[in-house]
Amino acid sequence: MAEVVLDEPATGAPPASPPVPQGERATRGRRTVRWVALAYVAVLVLVPLGVITWRAFEPGLAAFWDAISSEQAVTAFRLTLEVALVSVLLGTLFGVGLGLLLVRFRFPGRRLLGVLADLPIAVSPIVAGLALVLVYGRNGWFGPALESAGIQVVYAVPGMILATTFVSLPLVLREVVPVLEEAGTDPEQAARVLGAGSWTTFRRITLPTLRPALTYGVVLALARAVGEFGAVAVVSGNVSGSGQTQTVTLVIAERITQLEPGAFPLAFVLILVTVAALLVAARLRRKDVSA
Amino acid sequence: MSIQAQGVTKRFGPFVALDDVSLDVRPGGLTALLGPSGGGKSTLLRVIGGLETPDSGEVRIDGRDMTRVPAHERGVGFVFQHYAAFEHLSVFRNVAFGLEIRKRPKDEIRRKVGELLELVHLEAFADRRPAQLSGGQRQRMALARALAAEPSVLLLDEPFGALDTKVRRELRAWLRRLHDEVQVTTVVVTHDQEEALEVADEVVVVNHGRVEQVGPPDELYDKPANDFVMEFLGPVTTLGGRLVRPHDVEILTERSASALPARVARLQRVGFDVRADVTTSEGEAAWVQLTRAHADALALAEGADVWLRTRG
Repeated sequence: MAEVVLDEPATGAPPASPPVPQGERATRGRRTVRWVALAYVAVLVLVPLGVITWRAFEPGLAAFWDAISSEQAVTAFRLTLEVALVSVLLGTLFGVGLGLLLVRFRFPGRRLLGVLADLPIAVSPIVAGLALVLVYGRNGWFGPALESAGIQVVYAVPGMILATTFVSLPLVLREVVPVLEEAGTDPEQAARVLGAGSWTTFRRITLPTLRPALTYGVVLALARAVGEFGAVAVVSGNVSGSGQTQTVTLVIAERITQLEPGAFPLAFVLILVTVAALLVAARLRRKDVSA
Repeated sequence: MSIQAQGVTKRFGPFVALDDVSLDVRPGGLTALLGPSGGGKSTLLRVIGGLETPDSGEVRIDGRDMTRVPAHERGVGFVFQHYAAFEHLSVFRNVAFGLEIRKRPKDEIRRKVGELLELVHLEAFADRRPAQLSGGQRQRMALARALAAEPSVLLLDEPFGALDTKVRRELRAWLRRLHDEVQVTTVVVTHDQEEALEVADEVVVVNHGRVEQVGPPDELYDKPANDFVMEFLGPVTTLGGRLVRPHDVEILTERSASALPARVARLQRVGFDVRADVTTSEGEAAWVQLTRAHADALALAEGADVWLRTRG
């Protein structure tokens, strides 16, 4: 957005963002790029999505409804929602805290911590799940102690929440860090000199600055948490029936591998949720940019 | 209110930013901390404002020891070089921030902010966001914000450094008028000697973490304590192995016993001034600044023989 200069024509501070080249004609190269992008989206996204939608409704609306309203499915939806909401809440708290720590403080091991925080993006979720089992499982480091305290982590909801937090935290962190870096410490210092203590400064200056990016990160993390499979599969133990620990993705996988019907309707619902989340995120981003 | 710094030392790792600095700012004045970048002047200001804690030494404001008092309890006003605007708040809310923190009544805030916006000529922009203001306007907003909570002292860190020359000049003159109106003890950090000489009642030259000289602008300009201050405060040239101001060199077209013979190497007009590059008979290169009228009266020309002596 170009800066609105009011009473000092062409003498204000430089515009906040570089001007966007406008009115450039679509050249042949540009058209080619456009087609390649479209082809990519079609082959990898649209066609598979279309097939899933078609398979979901192929057996008829009654079968679709049965598939998503069975006891197993409803429990899975509830569990998915529970795990996703708590994980995203934790991911947001830790994401903001860690982001502040990484950007605002200089301490030995800071870079290493930054790399570690990004690790979940690179590490296979299955490996992450396995690590959690090794640490918190019955024979793990903390397992026996936790068990004697009456807390079961692995093969239960707490473990699933930990695993999902692990994979969704970097999404929040990655949104928060650049905004904190760009905002700098001047506004926070200005607030302090004006009489605001640390908490007031955080609540009235830091948090509002982060809000657009944070909302975007939270929506992304939510989409990711709802669709998480690998880490949850290992940690949850994939229990069905009474004491079910299957989330929606796990039920889908079971129905497919067991050649049971009703996998595609669930997949369709998950896609719907994720697409809705991404649309919300895109909308927020656009608002953020034009604000 | 008065500000005293006593034996303030501040290190950043191996770098000594302030080396046993003492300073006494008298109440009600406008003091400039002047020096090259990296010389420690901003650090000194931030120590006074509570944004840095000194390794040793103490800071007093109005006689009260403030060394360990956190920034948010010092009651000072601080203006940053890059405005430090609260981008998510309107201009009005930016200025109101310090009053809101102090939980002043709503109507008092409205009245006070209104007055301040009028003072900085931004009353028409109360509902805008900082991003919709020009740099000069943003800095005026920051100044109003700093003044809102009626600070005991006002500290400005290179306040016009991010603005271009024309706006900087306007704001400088405006700051001087504002100070005369508000009368709050003000310390402004600048690396621009013209700014310091024009705006301040008293100039403190800071270099390498030490105070080189303190005094009124004229005194510093006319009687610099050392070559550094002399060079930093204005143009210099060497004549007879001595640093002199180029406008203090007199050009004579006739031989004089007390004057050094020289030849005009080059004449260059810069607006109202003429710059004459000269070479003395001993081969020393110097330059002389004189008005165009004076140069015309002397009928100076390149290659002409002249005699030089210092005035006063």
